Amino acid sequence: MNVELVHIHKSFGAVHANNDISISIKSGVIQGILGENGAGKSTLMKVLSGFIQADSGDILLDGKAVHIGTPSDAIKHGIGMLHQDPLDFPPMKIVDNMLIGHDGGLFPNRREVSKSLKELQAQFGFNLDPEAYVDGLTVGERQQLEILRLLWLGAQILILDEPTTGISASQKAKLFETLKKLAEQGMVIIFVSHKLEDVEGLCHKIAVFRQGSLVGEAAPPYNTDNLVEMMFGKVISLDEKTRLENCEPAVEVTNLSIEDNRIQIRNANLTVNCGEVIGLAGMEGSGQRQFLRTLAGLMRPVGGDLRLGGKRLTGKPYHSFQDAGISYVPASRMEEGLIPGLSITEHFILSEGQSGFFIDREKAVTISRERINTFNIKGEPVTRVEALSGGNQQRALLAMLRTPLRLLLLEHPTRGLDIESSIWIWSQLKDRCRQKTCIVFISADLEEVLHYSDRILVFYNGKVSQPLDAAATTVDQLGQLIGGKGF
Amino acid sequence: MLNKSSAGFKFGFQILAIVAALIFTTVVMLLAKAPPLEAYKLIFTGSVGSIGKISDVIVAWIPLLLATSGLLLTFAAGLWNIGIEGQITLGAIFTTWALRLLQDTSMSPTLIILIGFLAGILGGMIWASLTGLLKIYGGVNEIFGGLGLNFVATALTIWLIFGPWKRPGVGSMSGTVPFDNLLWLPQVEGLRMSWWSLGIGLIGIAIVYLILQGTYFGLRLKAVGKNGRAAFVIGIPTGKYMMSAFFICGAFAGLAGATQVLAVYHRLIPAISSGYGFLGLMVAMLINYQALWAAPVALFFAALNIGSIQLPIVLKLDSTLSGVLQGALVLFVLMMDGVRRRLTAKKVK
Amino acid sequence: MDNNTLVGLAGILASAAPVVFAAIGETITERAGITNLSINGLILLTAMAGFATSVTTGSLLLGFLVGALIGAFVSLIVAFSSIALKQSQVAVGFVLALMCRDLSYFLGNPYMGLSGPRVPSLPIPVLADIPVVGVLFFRQDILVYSSYILIAVAYIFVFKTRPGLMLQGIGEQPATAYVRGANVNRLRYIYTIIGGALVGLAGPMYSLSVKVGWKGTITGLDGIGWIALAITIFGGWNPLRAAFGAYLFVLLQWLGLVLQPSLPNIPSQVLQVAPFPLMILTLLLVNIGNSEWVDRTLAGLPEEVRRFIAKVLRAMRTTPPAALGIPFENE
Repeated sequence: MNVELVHIHKSFGAVHANNDISISIKSGVIQGILGENGAGKSTLMKVLSGFIQADSGDILLDGKAVHIGTPSDAIKHGIGMLHQDPLDFPPMKIVDNMLIGHDGGLFPNRREVSKSLKELQAQFGFNLDPEAYVDGLTVGERQQLEILRLLWLGAQILILDEPTTGISASQKAKLFETLKKLAEQGMVIIFVSHKLEDVEGLCHKIAVFRQGSLVGEAAPPYNTDNLVEMMFGKVISLDEKTRLENCEPAVEVTNLSIEDNRIQIRNANLTVNCGEVIGLAGMEGSGQRQFLRTLAGLMRPVGGDLRLGGKRLTGKPYHSFQDAGISYVPASRMEEGLIPGLSITEHFILSEGQSGFFIDREKAVTISRERINTFNIKGEPVTRVEALSGGNQQRALLAMLRTPLRLLLLEHPTRGLDIESSIWIWSQLKDRCRQKTCIVFISADLEEVLHYSDRILVFYNGKVSQPLDAAATTVDQLGQLIGGKGF
Repeated sequence: MLNKSSAGFKFGFQILAIVAALIFTTVVMLLAKAPPLEAYKLIFTGSVGSIGKISDVIVAWIPLLLATSGLLLTFAAGLWNIGIEGQITLGAIFTTWALRLLQDTSMSPTLIILIGFLAGILGGMIWASLTGLLKIYGGVNEIFGGLGLNFVATALTIWLIFGPWKRPGVGSMSGTVPFDNLLWLPQVEGLRMSWWSLGIGLIGIAIVYLILQGTYFGLRLKAVGKNGRAAFVIGIPTGKYMMSAFFICGAFAGLAGATQVLAVYHRLIPAISSGYGFLGLMVAMLINYQALWAAPVALFFAALNIGSIQLPIVLKLDSTLSGVLQGALVLFVLMMDGVRRRLTAKKVK
Repeated sequence: MDNNTLVGLAGILASAAPVVFAAIGETITERAGITNLSINGLILLTAMAGFATSVTTGSLLLGFLVGALIGAFVSLIVAFSSIALKQSQVAVGFVLALMCRDLSYFLGNPYMGLSGPRVPSLPIPVLADIPVVGVLFFRQDILVYSSYILIAVAYIFVFKTRPGLMLQGIGEQPATAYVRGANVNRLRYIYTIIGGALVGLAGPMYSLSVKVGWKGTITGLDGIGWIALAITIFGGWNPLRAAFGAYLFVLLQWLGLVLQPSLPNIPSQVLQVAPFPLMILTLLLVNIGNSEWVDRTLAGLPEEVRRFIAKVLRAMRTTPPAALGIPFENE
């Protein structure tokens, strides 16, 4: 089956996530879709798989326009999507996972399904036990299950969203083998990823997305530099950076190992000098978040050492980190940073220390007004935080930070903000640097990372690069590392 | 065009809810072949008809107000303290215990009464902390932990009344031996009411209001209840604050239990908590957890309870009619609030 | 085993039948992702209503029908308040629990102490004559037989049929179920109503069979609903285990009666009340698998041991449907 997307537009409020996308994929082709976070690839795939509806544009299957209103519509038309986090039912058995959503009689014949499963997976060399429970499977095996299920339901177009995050090398090899076989059988495979090596090695064609538009297509042999340039755009001239005089190391990270459900980081090393800004780059899910949260004291490392100003903080409870002068500003503002139902003033009261038993409301409002002014928050002292815009919420979060701090950890500090707010926020942060605060921040915006960092760490699949001197790194080099080249 | 978020709009829906509740209760009365107007009149006169009745209402008001006050703190922390009934009961048990221990000594009655109150507070706190421990270390939801401990408290009461503390001869459902008059909280001449317990109740709600409105502790408690994760990241130790909420609520509940023994029944009876715990939960829900309204609404609920005592005598109706009205009020207010929010949300889109 | 004990045990099966209905009903509702806290009041209300209907109309069938309808209707209110009005399931359920209880006492006042029809005993020919087993299982009434059938049907439905699998799905991962084609909220309504109807049958099972009549506050039914909620958790949201919990609870009650003479120091009322807290305390056992310190200890164990213990814990099924109580929004 051939699939064609014609003039697809999709906006979320002011964000134009898909801007006039037209792409045609013939059967038997493995189509790579390359782009940064927020480039619009996921949105397009969600449109194709029925999760959301495009604002305008058509989907054509074998030349015929079809309407895909829900995910079950999609599978009826033969389009199946493998999500980055496979959508399955962890506490249930594999055979039951296969059955849910499959039409049929009242009593499913489990034995038949098991048999079909075993036959199907033999073609690809998978080794899943139908009686096993899904929550005991690795991510790679869960993917295999979902692929088998979609094939079993008759999918002829398979969309894979970041499939190689969190699977082993051998599982990846098996996956690629499988995809090639399926393509030979005439299926359309759409492979969405940020990993250059994977996409270059597997795909027959590559389409590159940037900021909502399809900026270019490529055919083999692939030129990595060309792809990176399309993904990240031209380099802008970097301003002069003011360098601080060196002082003693403030933060020392030695052989840090971190583990959670999806990512393992082994033996990360970093020394941060006072007043330095370290940028953590990499695609989401590469480990930078876990690293930052471990520095904040919200996660415990499974190995290694963490010191601040010579004092050992490894394994200590969260409040020790706070007392030592470390503050963490999360990316999900309303889930982890702010408290819906409480006002701006109340947030400031909470983040300050306690003086006495009773809150001095007048004083609190005065301080609140001052800060609202200083940080230019569009709101009143009594405004509830959930009523603020995203940008103002971020300003509020920054306004809550104590002074002085030894280490400030920020997760996506300017995400979703306009240029003006971003520049203003960074001037505030640079001020703190002048007061010897160290800053470690995560950002998906390469220009931001290059411009504001003194040094950069790139994360890829749990691996951490050596610290790079930001002044000496180009966008291209950064892009390649983010895509996994050079690790 | 109506300002959808105005206080007036909200108020309108609340009035609608009250009307709906009254209609519902009237329908129920008609189903029971009861004359609605007469019944309402009876409830009214039964609660404010004479000084004696009013004082009875106040007597019922105090434990309910105390329970509600404590619950406002646990609700602020995001907890459903269903175990409050057991906490009131344990307060009463501890008070009875203290009085029994000290009543034959040469201690002054005033001192004994004071110790009785303190014992009650202690009893409630201990019981509440059990629910807290079960939740934090045992992973048992506080609803079920509370329910289970309620049952244990009931069993404990029954055992004491029919066992170690039974009246000479045979244990009876009328409770333990009543305490000497000296150990009664001083009452107003001729009435069952006591200025002391009235003072305790009012001071109690005032304290809770102050805590929630004006202290760091109260604000942190609210933060924990509204977004535990963010509260933790900001630096509030959520577990400690939840336990504190349980402790303080337990103290209030224990105080309510103590009042029941010292000022109302003067002995331990099987149903010493009189359902004030659950009723307090309802009051808290109805006032949308705003401390300012606790006293008047609790008074209203107490009046309904006392007023409906007349019903079985005069109209041969069960006195649980007050419970029906109270439940209907809370239910319709909750539902109307949901309707209002749904309507306003749609317009925004 | 002497005949008295056999008869006593048969009585347990009979007394447990309503608890089985209530626990399995709530299990189904919670599997769909909704917690119906009102069932304590529901059982009282439907017991009263069923009895009143039967006394008035002379028809046992109508009594049960009314019970099921009321159960379905009140549960619908809980589902509606949660799904459409986005109010807290706990709040609405709790208020309804108290309100239904008060309604039952108020409306039931005129029916107190009246005598009414009783479900007749229905021994099954041939099977009733089997020694021991026959006396235990087959000399009961139709209600007890239907409790056997309900256990089997519920178990088969949830675990062996297609719609049953989807029921599990919407309670665990509603987003995935939606992707697989389920109308999550509509299914939640349906299963809450079904579960509520089953609970609504439990009430008349008491007032028309197990504890015939309506005696107001002395009926002894107050608290059964809370126990059914605890049994749902104790049963790991599995109809078979829920039934086991129901039988366990009634067994404890029976033991209390039986042991009474040999424990003169303990008042009879205590032994009557004791099974309630005991059942709730079983939750502590069941929940141990959920607590953090168990997780931490597990993390430190070698791989095979960890997998084995995870298997055991899974058999104990200590974790609730992942989406229980969480409203579902289509994106």
